Amino acid sequence: MKQATFVYVVYIATTPEKVWQALTEGAVTRQYWGYENVSDWKTGSRWEHRDGDGAGKILLAGQVLEVNPPRRLVITWAAPEDAANPAKQARVTFEIERVEKMVRLTVTHDELEEGSEMHRGIVEGWPRVLSSLKSFLETGRPLDTWARQRTGAAR
Amino acid sequence: MTDVDKVFKALADPSRRQLLDRLFARSGLTLTALCEGLDMSRQAVTQHLEVLEAANLVATVMRGREKLHFLNPVPVYQVFERWIRKFEKPRLRALNGLKKQLERGRR
Repeated sequence: MKQATFVYVVYIATTPEKVWQALTEGAVTRQYWGYENVSDWKTGSRWEHRDGDGAGKILLAGQVLEVNPPRRLVITWAAPEDAANPAKQARVTFEIERVEKMVRLTVTHDELEEGSEMHRGIVEGWPRVLSSLKSFLETGRPLDTWARQRTGAAR
Repeated sequence: MTDVDKVFKALADPSRRQLLDRLFARSGLTLTALCEGLDMSRQAVTQHLEVLEAANLVATVMRGREKLHFLNPVPVYQVFERWIRKFEKPRLRALNGLKKQLERGRR
């Protein structure tokens, strides 16, 4: 199986702590991502990516591999039905660094099955999620292409 | 120069757009792999990559002694949001208005 790797970088005028919180607290992820990232964020724990509409449908799930707040988080990433199948698990690494007055967030999505539905989904998803995150942390407003549509909130 | 200026400047050059196209087709290339079959000197490619990296359009990762280059589409998405989608909105609103009017007429 061929595997793909993607690297996404975004510079945000904020603090590493705020970026960490925005990735790991469901109440915050919901606001710019439209979904809630839920876990106790301990090594070996499960994490879930749930719909933020209240019903809480699980869209992604995986395991927490490495936690070093507010600098580094490594998780596995799969559709919930594939969460126990190593062949279907991709890996996502979040690295948060302070660069002058900005924070550089690097998201590396690897061990990804090339040509899979997940591959197509994340290629479309990450630029949108990270742009919305930047907008949310810098201006308090997410991009309306994403979070507001997903949550159905009024414009 | 603002970040957006850097993105537009980086995209204004056909050789740099060619490099981005190569990285879109095959991500994670070394400098040597990127140069293969290109009508550009290694030095020219290096300089173009510096401009692309400064604009955050290319991200690099060290793997052992190799430097791998990845296309980073996030700034392009931001340009799309700011400069393209915005101008589509009036048209979408007009269509939405038309739909509402037609649906009202059916009742």
